Amino acid sequence: MGDCKMAKVLVVTSGKGGVGKTTSTAALGAALASAGKNVVLIDFDVGLRNLDLVMGAERRVVYDLINVVQGDAKLSQALIRDKRVPTLSLLPASQTRDKDALTDEGVTTIISELREKFDWVICDSPAGIERGATLAMRHADIAIVVTNPEVSSVRDSDRIIGLLDSKTARAEKGERVDKHLLLTRFDAARAGRGEMLNINDVMEILSIPLLGIIPESSEVLRASNLGSPVTLNNPASAPARAYFEAAKRLNGEALEVTIPGDKKGLLGKLFGRRAA
Amino acid sequence: MTIQSSPRHSIRFHGRSYHAMVLAPEAPLADWLAELDSWLSRSPGFFLGRPVVLDVSILAPGKTGLVDLLEKLTERNIKVMGIEGAEPSWLEFAMPPLLLSGRQENGIQAGGGPTASPAAGEETPAAAPSGEASEDAKAAADAVAAVASPPVEPAPALQPQRPNSLLLDSPVRSGQCIVHSEGDVIVVGSVASGAEVIAGGSIHIYGTLRGRAIAGSRDPRARIFCRKLEAELLSIDGLYMVAEDMPVELRGRPIQVWLDGDSLVMAQD
Repeated sequence: MGDCKMAKVLVVTSGKGGVGKTTSTAALGAALASAGKNVVLIDFDVGLRNLDLVMGAERRVVYDLINVVQGDAKLSQALIRDKRVPTLSLLPASQTRDKDALTDEGVTTIISELREKFDWVICDSPAGIERGATLAMRHADIAIVVTNPEVSSVRDSDRIIGLLDSKTARAEKGERVDKHLLLTRFDAARAGRGEMLNINDVMEILSIPLLGIIPESSEVLRASNLGSPVTLNNPASAPARAYFEAAKRLNGEALEVTIPGDKKGLLGKLFGRRAA
Repeated sequence: MTIQSSPRHSIRFHGRSYHAMVLAPEAPLADWLAELDSWLSRSPGFFLGRPVVLDVSILAPGKTGLVDLLEKLTERNIKVMGIEGAEPSWLEFAMPPLLLSGRQENGIQAGGGPTASPAAGEETPAAAPSGEASEDAKAAADAVAAVASPPVEPAPALQPQRPNSLLLDSPVRSGQCIVHSEGDVIVVGSVASGAEVIAGGSIHIYGTLRGRAIAGSRDPRARIFCRKLEAELLSIDGLYMVAEDMPVELRGRPIQVWLDGDSLVMAQD
């Protein structure tokens, strides 16, 4: 029972597509699990599932979220345990079914079952603000709003924060969902040149606490293509370190948020000058 | 023979609301009518062209009494557009419709002090209401029936309304629309791009205004204040200004906006 109280439901959401929700879900989930927590990742992107690919579990999917919602499979049958980190599990989305097959009651049942078994239940939200996205955030205690440093992403994130404050079970009970900003694909050099929004601009517009800044890096894409979260594939890389730090902050550690790439930016400038 | 279908696609319905004057006769009806007559003798055209609603909840005339009352009002050239407070069984098809959703406003009350209420007449009323009902009704009637009593003094100005502002202590997010038509809106935080704040009165934003602020839907004297101007649209009493029309030098500044005649004026605070 004690564990059941400790369990936290986290939604990784953004509104806009392609900003790094699935990558961040996988990386943070793996980082939390590596620290010994029992973690389950749920892919809510019915019809466009990706999390299984990023986790390298696509060839092990038998049953999925919809099968469990509709009672065709037990939760334990659908959960895929990660081969690298034993405390990490995945509940994949269905690629073939319609997203309307996802019901509110079904999701409620699954989340409350998972709350009893895991420390962290991480919901990977689909893009958009439709049913899939609202169901993914429905039972969240904590939300990570993934944002790129550009205006359309920031505005969509703002919209999502509004929904987190109105459409979640917590909001309806008059409670609050803890919201955190995860700034991804950040390039200090380009922000410095004014080609990207800088961190303060984004923070000022969204006015929620910063969980971490993930630098733009080819490591992220490489890890995705290998079917491995970047925190497992190359734990020493800059994005992986940023994700590890974000995971520690989620666990309550008060770490100062560093702006990755500061050094690199300086080096880049030096090299740039030399080349010129 | 075939009937051709109409080329029109559909009928359009509109909702509209009007200010109507409410007449609430009291027992004894003869006295009330006498007062009405003396009022009309001084302002003969008072009811001409005005929408009048008949509130019979105090009088409770019954079906025959209501027919009689309507006749008496018609004789005095008062056309009733609707009836309030009647039992559905009193109504006939030819009568004005029964209105249910009205709200009382005292804006046109004309000095209805106790002296203005009708003196206790001895005549039997046209339709007999129960005695105690008329007793109870008398106190309440002052508020409603005062239209028919003679104006002792000029109509008082509208009662000052109690403060009715809406305070939001969190930012207004993109896609959210705050509508508060009764008074001012105060936002302790920013209003995001793609968000909308609509107020009957003024709008005060203690943060950056990046979305739309639409003030003064009920008050041309309303203003908009913000600590930092990045707005998409500003509007007061229907006049609006989009970002493109705003003075460049005021972007990012603390400003206030008000209406000067037919133009929006903006100045740095």
